[in-house]
This record gives sequence, structure tokens and C-alpha cells, in this order.
Amino acid sequence: MTKSLGLSVMRIGRQVAVGGWVALLLAGSAAAQDGAKDPYEGFNRSMFAVHEAIDKYAAKPVAQVYDNVAPLPVKMGVGNFFGNAGDLWIGVNNAMQGKFGSAGIDLGRLLINSTVGIFGLFDVASELGLEKHDEDFGQTLAVWGVSDGPYFFWPVIGPRYLRDTGGWGVDVLVDPIATTRPVSARNGMAALRFVDIRAGLLPADKVVEEAALDKYAYIRAAYQQRRRNQIFDGRPPRLDD
Amino acid sequence: MMKKLFALFFAALLAGSVVAQEAPDALVQRVTEEVLDIVRKDVDIQNGNANKVVDLVDRKVLPHFNFHRMTALALGKEWRKASPQQRDQLTAEFRTLLVRTYSNALTGYKNQKVVFKPFRMAPGETDVLVRTEVLQPGSKPVQLDYGLEKGDNGWKVYDVEVAGISLVTNYRDQFATEVRNGGIDGLIASIAAKNKSIEAKSEKK
Repeated sequence: MTKSLGLSVMRIGRQVAVGGWVALLLAGSAAAQDGAKDPYEGFNRSMFAVHEAIDKYAAKPVAQVYDNVAPLPVKMGVGNFFGNAGDLWIGVNNAMQGKFGSAGIDLGRLLINSTVGIFGLFDVASELGLEKHDEDFGQTLAVWGVSDGPYFFWPVIGPRYLRDTGGWGVDVLVDPIATTRPVSARNGMAALRFVDIRAGLLPADKVVEEAALDKYAYIRAAYQQRRRNQIFDGRPPRLDD
Repeated sequence: MMKKLFALFFAALLAGSVVAQEAPDALVQRVTEEVLDIVRKDVDIQNGNANKVVDLVDRKVLPHFNFHRMTALALGKEWRKASPQQRDQLTAEFRTLLVRTYSNALTGYKNQKVVFKPFRMAPGETDVLVRTEVLQPGSKPVQLDYGLEKGDNGWKVYDVEVAGISLVTNYRDQFATEVRNGGIDGLIASIAAKNKSIEAKSEKK
């Protein structure tokens, strides 16, 4: 029951859900400066409740089974494969942000991992010192000067500023997994990617559960700090206390 | 007598200067390596023995932390309005919460490696960020940075950032809401209640 619900939810969420989960727990403290940027908090909190229910009864149990059943080399291969599938778009975003050196590294990664790394199953490029980057279209928009906009919490995909909700929509349009055919193969891959990413966040669950006085506010603050850190590529200017 | 006093004075001076001279990045590296060395050898900790971890963190890590500064940072402007007694109570509860929740991260230790990023500091600087990265087979490297401030007793950590998320400033909104609803005493009570529930849960296991 749980599993079929899980899969149907995944079909709804599809691959697009992926980025949301990453942001969910691993989410810059711009918020500290101008409040929590959460004008629709009531709406967001109800969406958060929906999200939590889906996670509790569908996404998390499936991720736990996957985490327990799949051996480490399989999990590494799965993570590497989807990482490789994302590297082209990461490179394009780096180029759109004027970071051509980084874009070159992303392209190099794609070429090496798709060939020597056997369809991306092995991340040979990282071992050669070509570091993986973290980019998406929302970050490109931010570099182009688009401000965060209001904060939203969406079920399944998780927290997103307005800008990054739009950015995510563009990420989905160009996602190589989303355009994979036949549809059954696409759905299977999207579901697997979703589960892989959710499983990667399992260790963080307990920390958030224990550390937060208010889980919703804790995740919101974490997303806002994390997003700022991503936009500045890990070196955000320090804020005054 | 005079000689003894002089020797003592000199020894104290020397000891003091050693503490003061350890650069912030060297401090972070030394403590990280000491702690990981212990965790690598201790099967109990790897299996999740919470008491043993808390004890290790208490002995090795916490002497290098400035919890008053951390609490002040999380509370923001309200810190100035708090009485000395409230400050101490709040610091004690917040300290318990942070130590409990984040020492758990050490029990999940599985052959992670910590890489120390190049560090440069202008002479006379008293507030720095020491950058490290945690590498784990099969996962993306996780950025782990320490904010340190130089005080009378050498460098002390006042902030820890995981993947760019400050564990301290992440509490700002929550603290502000609690203070709005129940004042500083209300905030102290909420954290105390949270600590009790975590303790009850870990005893049940």
C-alpha cells in the first residue's frame, strides 16, 4: 500500500521533485537581515504539513528500504549516474554566469565520466581533481540580478523562493531524464533519482527532528542560508551580526 | 623564594603564549584530528553510544567553544535586554541542545576524511573563518566551516557552518518568535523542554 502510494506520488513529483529534496534539508542568512521573507506563512505551513505527510507515509519509507537493501557500490553508481546526467546543464549555467573556467570543468567531467566512467556510473573526473559544481537556473537568475522574491514551501519539491520556483521549472524543461523516452523508462529513472536523493538525506532527518524548536522555521532558515551559499559558490560575503 | 616565583611567572607566561600563538586554523586541525583519532578507535562511539560521544565532545571540543557568544548571536538584539542570570540560563540550555543534537553526527562516522582548506589571515585579525571539507566515499563533499574569535584565552569557536548553514544563526527566527510569545524566560523554558524530551527519548532506546 505504502509502496504503491509512494510510486504514484513519485510519478506526480517525477524527476522534478529531486532538486526540492536536496534543498529541503541542506538548504544563506539573508533572512536575518530582512525578516524571514515569508509573507505567505499560513499557506506555506499548510503545504508543509501536506509535504510531511507524503514524506512520512511514502517517500521516506521507500528511501529507507532502498538505503537498507542497495549495496554501497550500487548506491554510488546510481548517485554518480544522475550526477553525470546533470553536469551538462550545470556547465551551461556556469557559462551563463560568466564562469567559463568552471563550465569547462563541467564539460570535461561530462566527457570523462560518460566514457571512461562508463555512462557516468563512476565519477572518475572527481578522482582526477575535476570537482563537481552545484548550479541551477535559479542561481543563474540570481547572478543576473533577480531578487529572491517571497519564500514558498511546495509539497514534494520542498522550499523555493519565487525566483527559484521559476528557475526550477526551467531546470525541469531541459532535464535529460525528463526527456528520456519511452515514458516508462523516464518514470523509472525519475523515481529512482527521487529515492536516491531522499535516501541521501536520511541522516539529516534525525538532526532536524532533535535540533529544531519549530521544524518549519528551522527548515526555512536552513534553506535561506543554503541558497545564499549556493549563489555565492560557497563564499557568501559575511553578514554583520 | 624569589627564584621560584620568577620561574612560576615565566612558566605561566610561556604557557599563555603557547595558547595565544596557536593559529585558528592550526587549532581546528589539531582538535579535528584528535577527535577523529579517538572515534576511529572507539567501536562504542561508532555504534552510537550517545553518552560516550557527549563525554568526548565535552572533554576535547567544548573547551574551544564560546557558548555565550554563540547564544548572543542566535538571540540577536534581545541579548542586550537579558539579565546576567537569564543569559547564563539560556546559554546553558542552548549549549545542551547544540551538543546533544550535533554530537550525534559523530556517531554516524564512517571513514570520512576532513580536508583543511588553505587559510590566510591578516596580522591583527580577531575574527576569522576556517574552512574545511568532509569527504565521504559515495557522497558529495560537505563544506564545514568554523567561525573563530580571538579573546583573552586564545581563539574560540563561536559558529559552525555546515554546507553554508550556520547552526547558530539558523535559530534566529525561532528564538525571535519564542521571545515575542513568552519573553526570554519563555524561550529558556522551550529549550529546556526540548532538551528534556530528547533526553527521555535517548533513555528509552
